[in-house]
Amino acid sequence: MGDYAVPAYFLLSHIVKNNVIKPKPITAKTIEIGNKYSPEFVCTPFKYTLGTLIEGIENGATILIQAGGGCRYGYYAELQEQIIKDLGYHVQFYNLVVAGTTNLKRIYKIMKEIDPKFSILKAIYYGTLTKQMIKYMDQMDHYIRANIGFETEKGSFETLKQQMLKEFSQVKTHIKLKKLYHKYQKKMRAIKIEKPKDTMKIGIIGELYTIMEPYSNYELEKNLASMNLEIKRYTDVYYLLFQKHKKVKKYLKNSAQYITYQMGADAADNIGRAKELCEEGYDGIIHIKSSFCTPEIGAMPVLSKICADYQVPIIFFSFDSATSEVGIKTRLEAFYDMLEMRKKK
Amino acid sequence: MDKIKIGIPRALHYYYYGALWKSFLEELGFETIISPETTNKTLEQGTEIANSEMCLSLKIYLGHVAYLQSRCDYILVPRIDNYGTYEQTCTNFLGLYDIVANLFTNKLLTYNVDEAHHQSEQNAFIKLGLTLGKGKEQSILAYQNSKQKLEKIRKQNFKKEMEKLNSSNPKLLIVSHPYNLEDPYIGKTIKKILESLNVEYINGEYLTNEKSIQQGMKLSPNLYWKYNKELIGTIEEWKHKIDGILFLSAFPCGPDSLVNELMLRKIKMPHLNLIIDEESGSAGIETRLESFIDILGQTTK
Repeated sequence: MGDYAVPAYFLLSHIVKNNVIKPKPITAKTIEIGNKYSPEFVCTPFKYTLGTLIEGIENGATILIQAGGGCRYGYYAELQEQIIKDLGYHVQFYNLVVAGTTNLKRIYKIMKEIDPKFSILKAIYYGTLTKQMIKYMDQMDHYIRANIGFETEKGSFETLKQQMLKEFSQVKTHIKLKKLYHKYQKKMRAIKIEKPKDTMKIGIIGELYTIMEPYSNYELEKNLASMNLEIKRYTDVYYLLFQKHKKVKKYLKNSAQYITYQMGADAADNIGRAKELCEEGYDGIIHIKSSFCTPEIGAMPVLSKICADYQVPIIFFSFDSATSEVGIKTRLEAFYDMLEMRKKK
Repeated sequence: MDKIKIGIPRALHYYYYGALWKSFLEELGFETIISPETTNKTLEQGTEIANSEMCLSLKIYLGHVAYLQSRCDYILVPRIDNYGTYEQTCTNFLGLYDIVANLFTNKLLTYNVDEAHHQSEQNAFIKLGLTLGKGKEQSILAYQNSKQKLEKIRKQNFKKEMEKLNSSNPKLLIVSHPYNLEDPYIGKTIKKILESLNVEYINGEYLTNEKSIQQGMKLSPNLYWKYNKELIGTIEEWKHKIDGILFLSAFPCGPDSLVNELMLRKIKMPHLNLIIDEESGSAGIETRLESFIDILGQTTK
C-alpha cells in the first residue's frame, strides 16, 4: 500500500471504533510469505497482498478488508480468504468490490457489521477529507517523481514527505488540510535541485500495483535520474478512484485508430497514454507490470505498434519476486544509451 | 462473382460458438473457411507472432489467424466482454479484437457482446449483419436459426456426456475450457492416455446447462467469470456421479490460476491439476495421469 496506508488508516480509524492496524511496509519477508502460500502462476500483486494480510494477522488483526478491480484482482479476496482459513487463522474477511463493481449500500452493510455504531454522516465527512488528502498526496508525488533524482541533498524529498504525511494524519478539518498542503508545497519547492538542461523525458506507464509498489518506490526514478532522465508517471490512487471513469473514454477516443474496445484493468488507459506521450515529444516510454498481468500483456502489441509508428523507443519490464535489480539496471542502461544515440543524431 | 470468403480461426471461442458463426455467415450468403486443427506448426507460427507472456491458448489462436491470413477476405474476431456483470470473460477475450488488429493487417469482422452495457448477443449479430450489407430482418432471422442449431448441438453433446455418467469404468470429470480440452495440441494426448487406461472421461463443458451458474455460485459465491462459473457448476451438480476430477489449464491462464486453486482447496475427492505449456512433453503427462488413475482405481474399488 505504500504511503497510501496513511489515508486508509486515517479514514478507517475515524469511522469505526475498532482498533485499526496499519499494514507494515512490504519487506522481503512479506514477499516470501506471499510466495509460499500463493498459486504458482498468479500475478505478483496477489502474492504481495496475501503476504501483507498474513503479516497483519500476526500483528493482531482479526478483521481483514480487501478491495478489487477490473481484472483478476476482483477475485483475489475469495481465494485469499480460503488460503488464510486453511492456514488455521480465524479472522473475518470483507471484500469491498465484487465483479469490478461496488456500491455504497454494500460498503455500508460491511461497515455496519464491522462496527454496529458506524455513522454514515461521519463516514461522508471523513471520506471527503480523505479524498482530498489523496489528491494532495498525489499532486505532491508528481512533483517529487519529476525531481527526486536531482536533489542536491539525498533524501530531502522523502524526509519532507514523511513529515507531511505525519501532519496530514492528524488533521480534522478541510481548512487545516489545505493549509498544510500549501505549507509543504512551499517547502517542497524550496528543496534545492540541480537539473541539467539536457535531460531527456521518459514516460512510465503500466499495471497499477507494480507502478505504485512501494517496495521499489522511487527506486526506478532514482535510477533513471542518475542517468539524467526526467519522469512522468501516470497511475495514482486519485486517478483510479475518481478520474478513470471519465478519462478512459477520452483515451479510447484519442487512440481510436489503434483500439476500439477496453481491454480490462488499465490497458486502454495505458494505450491512450502512450499515444499522448509520443505526441508530446517524449524521448522514450517505459512500460512496467507484474508477471502474468493479462490485460497489460494484451496491451503490449498495441503499444509496440504505436511506438513504432511514432518512432519512440519503448522498453517493457515484467516484475516478479525473482526480478533482480541488477538485471533491470543493465537493461535500463542499454535503453538509455540507445536514447542518447538517437538524440545526438 | 465469387462469394466473399470469411475466415474463422479454430481456437478460443470457436469451441463455444463456431457452429453459430458458420451457420449465420453461410445463411447470409458468405463462404466460410475454418482453419484446420491445431498442429505443431500452428503453435510455432502463433508463438512467433505472440508476445512471449501470452497464454498458450492465445498463442494457438494467433497461429490460426496466421493460417487464414492469405486465404480469405475477412477474418472473424469477436469481442466478448460479458453476458452480464456477473458473467464476465477473461481479459484476453476483451482485448482479442484489438490484439489481432494490431498484429495483422487483414480486414477483420467483429461483433461485441457486452450485456452489462446493453449490448446483447442478438444486437451484436444484427450489427455484424449490417456491416456485411445485409438487412436487419434477414440478420435477426439468420441469428435465430443459427442459435437454434447451436442449441441442438449443445443438447446432443449434453446427452452424450450424461450417458457416460452411467459407465461402469472409473469416471473422471474434466474441468477445462473447451478450447483447451478439444484442441488437438493440448487435449488429444490426454484423451488418448485416458482411453488407454479405460477411464470414462467427461467433458465438463458439455455438461453445463442453465443451472450451472447457480450451482457454481455454491462453490464460489463471488466468482464473475462466466465460463469458469459454469464449469465448476458441473462439479457441484454431478459430484455424486463421478470418481475424480482432472483440472486442465493452459499456462498461464489468469482465471484458472485462481479458480482452480480455490477448487483444489474446497473439493473432497481425488483430483489432478494439469497445466500445459509449450514444453509439456507427453511423457511427463502420461506418468502423472497414470499414477493419478491408479489412485482413482483404488478409491473406486
